[in-house]
Amino acid sequence: MYSKDGNSYFIVDSHVHAWDATPANQANRYGEGFINCFYDYHRNLSPADKVWTLEEFHKQSEQRIIQDLFTDGYVDRAIFQPTYLTDFFVNGFNTTEQDGVLAEKHPDKFIVNGSWDPRDGEAGLDKLSELAERWNLRGVKLYTAEWKGDSKGWKLTDPWSYRYLERCEELGIRNIHIHKGPTIYPLNRDAFDVADVDDVASAFPGLNFIVEHVGLPRLEDFCWIATQEPNVYGGLAVAMPFIHSRPKYFAQIIGELLYWIGEDRITFASDYAIWTPAWLIERFVDFGYPEELTEYPELTIQAKKKILGLNAAKLYDIEVPAELRLPESADGAIGSEPVPVA
Amino acid sequence: MITEALATVRDPELDAPITELGFVAAIEQDGGDVTVELRLPTYFCAPNFAYLMVADAYDAVAAVPGVDRVVVRLVDHFASDEINTGVAASRGFTGTFPGLADGELEELRLTFRRKAHRACQEQVAARLLKAGWTMLALAGTTLGEARAALAATRLSEEQALIEFERLRRRRAELGLSSGPEAALLVQDDGTPITAVDLPLQLRMAKTTRISIEGNSGLCRGLLSVRYGLPRPAGVDQAVG
Repeated sequence: MYSKDGNSYFIVDSHVHAWDATPANQANRYGEGFINCFYDYHRNLSPADKVWTLEEFHKQSEQRIIQDLFTDGYVDRAIFQPTYLTDFFVNGFNTTEQDGVLAEKHPDKFIVNGSWDPRDGEAGLDKLSELAERWNLRGVKLYTAEWKGDSKGWKLTDPWSYRYLERCEELGIRNIHIHKGPTIYPLNRDAFDVADVDDVASAFPGLNFIVEHVGLPRLEDFCWIATQEPNVYGGLAVAMPFIHSRPKYFAQIIGELLYWIGEDRITFASDYAIWTPAWLIERFVDFGYPEELTEYPELTIQAKKKILGLNAAKLYDIEVPAELRLPESADGAIGSEPVPVA
Repeated sequence: MITEALATVRDPELDAPITELGFVAAIEQDGGDVTVELRLPTYFCAPNFAYLMVADAYDAVAAVPGVDRVVVRLVDHFASDEINTGVAASRGFTGTFPGLADGELEELRLTFRRKAHRACQEQVAARLLKAGWTMLALAGTTLGEARAALAATRLSEEQALIEFERLRRRRAELGLSSGPEAALLVQDDGTPITAVDLPLQLRMAKTTRISIEGNSGLCRGLLSVRYGLPRPAGVDQAVG
């Protein structure tokens, strides 16, 4: 919980990791390149006093994670989003099991999400069922740019992907987090294209599709799809830290999202350990549009409460203390009405 | 000459010249032999865009009079070896990544040229709306009339004309008419946008423009931390 000026905010950090990118776990130059790329994001967008050394960035102790998220970071509940990357890291970068170790020690603090990969075929479906039972999964994180042998990625519209989404429905896994990356098959297409989200969101109206990084670098395509599909959400991981380095751009992203999809379908995330949540939350609560941006919907305290925690709490059935909820009238149904398409 | 040639090569996603983005790390010229070194903001930048920039740089330098031999070397990228070898041997994209691609990159290039064109249109339209134009007037106007109006506005007219000329160039690249009689605001295929459709089309184009500008800022910032360059002025604030 975070309190400022008489207002209290229930905080759900919807995208956190407990990763191991130490040199001993790096399987090859790709693993090294991957964590260095993350580290450049961290250095590029963090305030100077929040920049870690590369060694600190490689892996965080349990104590540090608890400290950063919950002791210093105001977070009430954090959602682990695994990123396996088993072609890049010996034991994987951040698997469900690695996250699960921490979550079992702190069951009141974490939610563990799983993952699947359509290229694993029938065997992967069985594995998903086991994973769901073992960790009581309510969500999965999918990384479409994951390498697997000779393959450099996949699309949500691949035939096997539909089988996995059907299995998610059967297993009660309602929240599908999607992270696009630079590679897919075929490589000549735009890997960041979110059109496949549109197709599966229509085909599976009972599932929620949370597009991580609000579709960046394809914000406009994401907004357009989310406007038409009421079960598409925008996750703010990676967009949040612009609040420091490029506040006007951050304001434009938030303004565009409020304009196109409204305050009920945007979820806060730090993307820990790329960034820590404390400063992001403090800045966001203080944040207002720069004077020259007059065209956007107001960013109210109510909108901030929803974005920082209440929206994700609904998606994951997290119990919110009565004093941190919104009055019933302000607490509208999930999702805004889709606009008619000409 | 070599720098000028490289300045014609743009990052298709960011719609900016690679010279201005800081992607040209080094140029070496020895008589007719030219070697160019390119670098990108991250190790994992999308390989299709990376390939386009390397191939375009190769073609641009090779077209400079007096140049006999060109080497373009992309450095510090996961697919550096494949791309450098593929471009040098004119293998095309599918030949460079056998089994991983089902076509060349012209469709991708076209998609991003169209996005850039829409963003440029919106920028010009926004200036005219600010100067008091109505949607109806915008839908009925031509490139020639718009240029005259922009030249007459007092608000940073030079910048407005730079943006206008950029729009005209984007139009020409797409093979759309860019003469003074042509409609100012057109669909991807050159059909004028009607006054009814214009508000939504411009609104969408604005989001496209914000996405391109934001992505550009992110990439410039990433390049600066990756290579210890000065923080880009006017794009990112200095850290701290």
